[in-house]
Amino acid sequence: MPVNYFPAEFEVLRNYDKCIQCRACERQCSNKVHWFDADFGKMLSHDEKCVDCQRCVSICPTGALKIKPNENAFRKSANYTQPLMTEAYRQAGTGSVLLSSMGTPKDYPVYWDKILLNASQVTNPPIDPLREPMETRVFLGKRPTQMKFKKNGELDLSLEPSLALNVPIMFSAMSYGSISKNAHESLARAAEELGTYYNTGEGGLHKDFYRYGANTIVQVASGRFGVHKDYLNAGAAIEIKMGQGAKPGIGGHLPGEKIKEDVAHTRMIPRGTDAISPAPHHDIYSIEDLRQLIFSVKEATEYKKPVIVKIAAVHNVAAIASGVARSGADIIAIDGFRGGTGAAPTRIRDNVGIPIELALAAVDGRLRHEGIRNEVSIVAAGSIRCSSDAVKAIALGADAVYIATPALLAMGCHLCRSCHTGKCNWGIATQEPELVKRLNPDIAYHRLVNLVTAWNHEIQEIMGGMGINSIEALRGNRLMLRGIGLTEKELQILGILHAGE
Amino acid sequence: MKINAENLSFRELNEKIRSSKSRKIEIENMLGQRYTGSGCTGKDIHISGIPGNALGAYLTECDITVYGNAQDAVGDAMNDGTITIHGNVGDAAGYGMRDGKILVKGSAGYRAGIHMKEYMEKKPLMVIGGKTGDFLAEYQAGGRIIVLGIGFEEQCPVGDFCATGMHGGVMYIRSEHEPDHPEQVLCEDAAAADIKAIKPDVELFAKKFDYDANELLNAHFFKLTPNTNSPYRRLYVNN
Repeated sequence: MPVNYFPAEFEVLRNYDKCIQCRACERQCSNKVHWFDADFGKMLSHDEKCVDCQRCVSICPTGALKIKPNENAFRKSANYTQPLMTEAYRQAGTGSVLLSSMGTPKDYPVYWDKILLNASQVTNPPIDPLREPMETRVFLGKRPTQMKFKKNGELDLSLEPSLALNVPIMFSAMSYGSISKNAHESLARAAEELGTYYNTGEGGLHKDFYRYGANTIVQVASGRFGVHKDYLNAGAAIEIKMGQGAKPGIGGHLPGEKIKEDVAHTRMIPRGTDAISPAPHHDIYSIEDLRQLIFSVKEATEYKKPVIVKIAAVHNVAAIASGVARSGADIIAIDGFRGGTGAAPTRIRDNVGIPIELALAAVDGRLRHEGIRNEVSIVAAGSIRCSSDAVKAIALGADAVYIATPALLAMGCHLCRSCHTGKCNWGIATQEPELVKRLNPDIAYHRLVNLVTAWNHEIQEIMGGMGINSIEALRGNRLMLRGIGLTEKELQILGILHAGE
Repeated sequence: MKINAENLSFRELNEKIRSSKSRKIEIENMLGQRYTGSGCTGKDIHISGIPGNALGAYLTECDITVYGNAQDAVGDAMNDGTITIHGNVGDAAGYGMRDGKILVKGSAGYRAGIHMKEYMEKKPLMVIGGKTGDFLAEYQAGGRIIVLGIGFEEQCPVGDFCATGMHGGVMYIRSEHEPDHPEQVLCEDAAAADIKAIKPDVELFAKKFDYDANELLNAHFFKLTPNTNSPYRRLYVNN
């Protein structure tokens, strides 16, 4: 008998009094956890295959199922925890790099939860957003720094290209390939209805989605997948991806199994071939090189579209952002290390980068200090979990935020962190046709619209409470923030006072 | 239409090219202006002088001929058309090119043909007459790269780390000296069928730059192909 070094992570608990043997769980599970044993005449389960995606629980008509963490425990150690031991067993068995998905589950500080918001009392009274206008419209791009006049003396009203958002929230980059076509369609339609933008990621733009171009940000990354003139011109903005918060210094790698016909067509590569976008752009070794790529896409699109440069939040992010701001970029997207990913080496995801809160505050502070904050807009990304996170991000200096994990949640994701297996039971992070069709874009897009609309209401409520009636007045307004339980150093980096001060 | 590029910024020069109604455009006195022909369609551009970086990026249905040397990032992500260089090119020529042809009479710098890819009828081609620097065809995922090594017969005409991460396409190197290449790439002597396959490409090169194609083909070629289209499959374990 082979020795099993580690037990199943989860336990499937089935209430046999409730189970009616409809076998829905069996049909719904792409991991093949559930099976019907004809000899015993009952449903059984392969617990070791379960990823706790909760699909069977959600679909079971009698509520007979529960998935629980396996209570079997290795001998307790605060140093060598059970996950660490299990990972060592996995690697000893395979000799391979550990691969994970979505944001790090580790217990790093979440600064959003250590920042409190202000509200008005007595003087400068709160504003009721149900009764009074509350501006959540945001423009992203370069701001004019001086008045310009034409030769005939008239005021020159021409502006640099910009993005106009009805809500200060955009959908962050997720490629077609890492997520399904139905998921992309849902994001595109939601962005259109909300008056905001979704992002193709580095997977090209499916031919069916060119019609959402006015609400699309097209991405260019090191692999140049699906990048051509029509693609660049199809979007409202072009994003050059230099890094991703979940895996700074690491590129993208879509395994050949996920390159089905349609994905191959969109990426313009042969079916079944790995799609590799390495971390470095092999033509970018300096800010000057980055400037070259920015202007090559600006030339190709005749300066009609703003260019976003997306960087991961790393130790010297402020200096990097300062360089990017001088490189000709119109918008900088900063992606914090708690952000999600469709696949990343576990050790990278869990150990590399810095939190978005600190990165954002550092970048905004640096750009202000250098007098170039108006040269670029800042988009904060990487674990903006709810509307109050978004408000705090804006008060720390962001012009808008990118969300991705909450958008996936809206579509049904239960954060089982198994995207890299390609067997997403919710039809999101998969290319298997029978799984993809489980995600109905008509429903999913509506749920996305609901989510962002609800957040926007909350943002208006919070701003109203502060006596602020526009995102413009909230941006970089750190007086609206107070730290709770933070050290002097953390407060200094965040540029905020402690509660009670 | 003739354009004198003297004292024109790249933006002014590109606007002149874009707004020109004639297909054939002759640029004189070019001195390092970048992005010429970036995203350009339906033009035949002839350049005297030295074009700057990112010549012919995202090129579509457009021909560019340079009567001299070109700099870095020639034909970045180009999609169609032909770029002909009667001289040498700098680094990262043909980065991520998907279709079209880049023909270089002289040598190429580092990282030529990196990320070259193909899809269905789209099959890019790069022919380098002389030698290339390190990292030729890194991450090549499709298309054909031919290095002729003219004038460099005594050495291998490609630098180190050739074909690192190659997982598609094919590369031919005219040399007696085997190139440095990684394990996942198969390097073999080109067979008669291979020579026949590249004959039209070499003939095109020979015609452009006034060589005898048969003489060029009558030599030893190495053929490099990837062993697998998924070189990193076994690198990972699900966690």
